Parts: sequence; C-alpha cells; structure tokens
Amino acid sequence: MDAVTQKVRLATVWLGGCSGCHMSFLDLDEWLFEVAKFADIVFSPVASDIKDYPENVDVCLVEGAVANEENLELLLKVRSRTRILASFGDCAVTANVPAMRNMLGTAEPVLRRCYLELSDGVSHKLPDEPGIVPPLLDRVLPVHEVVSVDLFIPGCPPSAPRIQAAIEPLLHGNTPLMEGREMIKFG
Amino acid sequence: MSVITLTIDGQAIAIEEGATLLEAAQEVGAAIPTLCHLKGLSPVGACRLCVVEVEGIPKLLPACVTAAAEGMVVHTNTDNLQDYRRTIVELFFAEGNHVCAVCVANNNCELQDAAISTGMTHVTYPYQYPQREVDVSHPQFGLDRNRCILCTRCVRACDELEGAHVWDIAYRGEHAKLIAGLDQPWGTVDACTSCGKCVDACPTGAIFRRGATVAEMERDRAKLEFLAQAREEQQWTR
Ligand code: SF4
Ligand code: SF4
Ligand code: SF4
Ligand code: FES
Repeated sequence: MDAVTQKVRLATVWLGGCSGCHMSFLDLDEWLFEVAKFADIVFSPVASDIKDYPENVDVCLVEGAVANEENLELLLKVRSRTRILASFGDCAVTANVPAMRNMLGTAEPVLRRCYLELSDGVSHKLPDEPGIVPPLLDRVLPVHEVVSVDLFIPGCPPSAPRIQAAIEPLLHGNTPLMEGREMIKFG
Repeated sequence: MSVITLTIDGQAIAIEEGATLLEAAQEVGAAIPTLCHLKGLSPVGACRLCVVEVEGIPKLLPACVTAAAEGMVVHTNTDNLQDYRRTIVELFFAEGNHVCAVCVANNNCELQDAAISTGMTHVTYPYQYPQREVDVSHPQFGLDRNRCILCTRCVRACDELEGAHVWDIAYRGEHAKLIAGLDQPWGTVDACTSCGKCVDACPTGAIFRRGATVAEMERDRAKLEFLAQAREEQQWTR
C-alpha cells in the first residue's frame, strides 16, 4: 500500500508468453477505471513506462513461463520486491506452449532445429549476441518451479471476467476464491 | 435377488446385492469423480480417482470395483479424499504432455473436469515431458499419446463392444503405452473396422477425429452405454 495515496501498488510483468494475458487484462475495458481508483500501476508492459521493477510492490501479475535468462533474472527481482505474486495465465501456471520445446531435451537441439535445419536463409548460424539476445534456459519452467507463488490464475488467456474476479478482492486486501470451472479451467 | 443396506455420506440406502459402491453412491446422489469407468464397459479400477473411505477398513477403496456390502459406512467426499484425488489428477498432468490451450478436447475433456472438481489450480509435481509418439496413420482418426492417461476405455470399448480388440497396453511403468495391433501403425491394423467406438470412449484428447482442431472434439459417450444394453433391452434405436 502506498503510504501517501493509500493505493495498492500493482505491477504486471511479461516473461515467456504471447502477451495474450496482457491483452485479456486490457479487455477489462471500463473496469480498468475501477482498478485505477484503488491501485497505482507501478510497472507494466501495457500500462507504464517505468523500465526498472520498483521496490515494495503489493501485487504482481506474472504472465509467461521462465524460458530464458532474462525471464529468470526479472522473476527473481519480482519475487524479492513483491508481496503477492500471481501466476497469470497458463504459461505462468503450467509453462504451457513455450514448454513444448522441453520434449526436445535441452536448448541446443531446439536452436539447431529452428535456426539451422528449418532455416531457408543464407547465413545459417545460431543467434549469439551476448548482452542483447538472452540465452535460452535448457528447460522452460512454470513460475512456481522457480519462486514461491501466492495465487494461480489459469487460462489461455484467463478471460477478463476471470481476471476481474481474481484481482478485485486483492485491491481490497482480500484473497480471491479460486475454484470452479469459471475460475480454474486450463486452456 | 437379495437386498443389502449400507450408509453413504450419512444416508441409508438399500440396493441389490452385487452392486458396486459407485452405483450405490449414484443412487443417493453422491458425485464421485471417475476417469477409467464408463458405463457399459467392464470396470477395471485403473485410475483410482473414485477412491472412498469405508469405516473399519484402513485403506481407501476404489468405488467402481468394490462391491457394496451389508452394513458398510462409506464416506465419498472428505477433505482427505479430495487431497488424494487432486494428487492423482496432478500426477496425470505431470506424467504426460497436456497443453490444453492447443488440444482438440479443450472444454470437452474429463481430465480437465477432474482437475476442476478436485480444485487443482496448478501441478505441484515437476512435469516430466516424456517423449511420446503420435499416430495419424488411420484415415479417419488420430492418436496422440501425449494426452493418453492409460485408462483403457478404448481398449475395452473396442474389445467388448466392437469385438475387434485393436488396442492393448504394452510395456510397464513410465514406458507403458497404448499400442494398436502388434505395436504397429493404427492404419495398418486390419482388425479395425473404423467404427469410432474408441473415439467416443476416450475421456481425453488422446483419440480424436482427424480434421478436428482445438476445442472441437466432442464425443457421444451415451452411445456406448446404449450399444452395451441394446440387446438386453431389445432396443434397437435411440
Ligand atoms: S487431454 Fe484434456 S487435460 Fe490433456 S491437454 Fe487435452 S484438454 Fe487438456
Ligand atoms: S475404430 Fe472401432 S475397431 Fe477401430 S480401433 Fe476404434 S473401436 Fe476398435
Ligand atoms: S487413448 Fe484415451 S481411452 Fe485409450 S487409454 Fe488413452 S486416454 Fe484412455
Ligand atoms: S473410476 Fe474407479 S478406478 Fe478409475
């Protein structure tokens, strides 16, 4: 809670996902005004220009699986600076589609398959730009296999009504009830 | 036929001798989740989702293959049972490759239903990502073993209702897999009549109609029950 404004400090982050969960968040449409009444969005790829994840965040919605070193670094920072961390959407909750590459084993065969075997370009080489292109992790992981998670919001993407039902209680300091088809069905 | 009496979730019930605990529970309206059970096929007790507590018996019993007995006091929905059931469902998800978002059976899947009814919000066991084969050699149907939970409903439907016995489970433990014929491509098994009974029997997205895409796969389970009883009841249309 912000000491001055008395609002919940809300963040959203985007790891290895398609941004569909964030699009669904925007589908909250006019209810976003309600969110703005009770929360300050302190970090978000769709609602803020802040580049560094701030301290003292009350609630963070984490979209996406942990697929590369950048995801991992950001997630660890998010966990250490956030009170309530929510796995937001199937990629965060189950690793989902991004984890289908895990069936090929490590990152190496995946990169070879994409950039060498299936490439029709002329410069056949693996991406290698240290500091710019983050290296893939060998295994794509759901968020809770990396850090502790306080709330799971499944769905690919979770529908706007589901998101609303999950975050409305959080804006008022309560815990949502995640049960039943409307709230926890995957896919 | 003699009748026995027992208590299920506090309700007294009288039922014909030989009935299972699952049938007795259904009589009193107690909803026990099931996966490998399908009315019209012989019960096998493969999935253990239907476990119940019976007072005086120290272990959990699968309701679909346990005969109701005189004087039993049965509990079908305790917190303890829900925990065990959720564990079973989580293990199904962890040991296969289930990506509901891109699955033909999304929204029409009994494994999803079981996850919802047992309150599974996430899988607490590490995903195994096994390598499993897909078989699309049959002209009408496909088999994606990534989604197979080895319930054997297809095996029994094909054997008991169609009399073709195309399916079996081969190998053991984590290597166990559904095979067609003598572990050959489904499309090359002459015994298959392409009747589609296995398609209607499968609880998940493992067996599907070719051409069905994400979330399109619906099944007619009642057809199998109808077929199983048709001769007995002299009922040839429905
Ligand atoms: S079979 Fe069911 S649980 Fe598995 S991926 Fe398909 S919809 Fe999900
Ligand atoms: S289509 Fe019919 S005959 Fe062929 S495998 Fe399935 S149940 Fe057996
Ligand atoms: S293919 Fe379907 S019906 Fe057959 S064993 Fe697997 S899950 Fe069960
Ligand atoms: S339904 Fe009873 S063991 Fe599967």
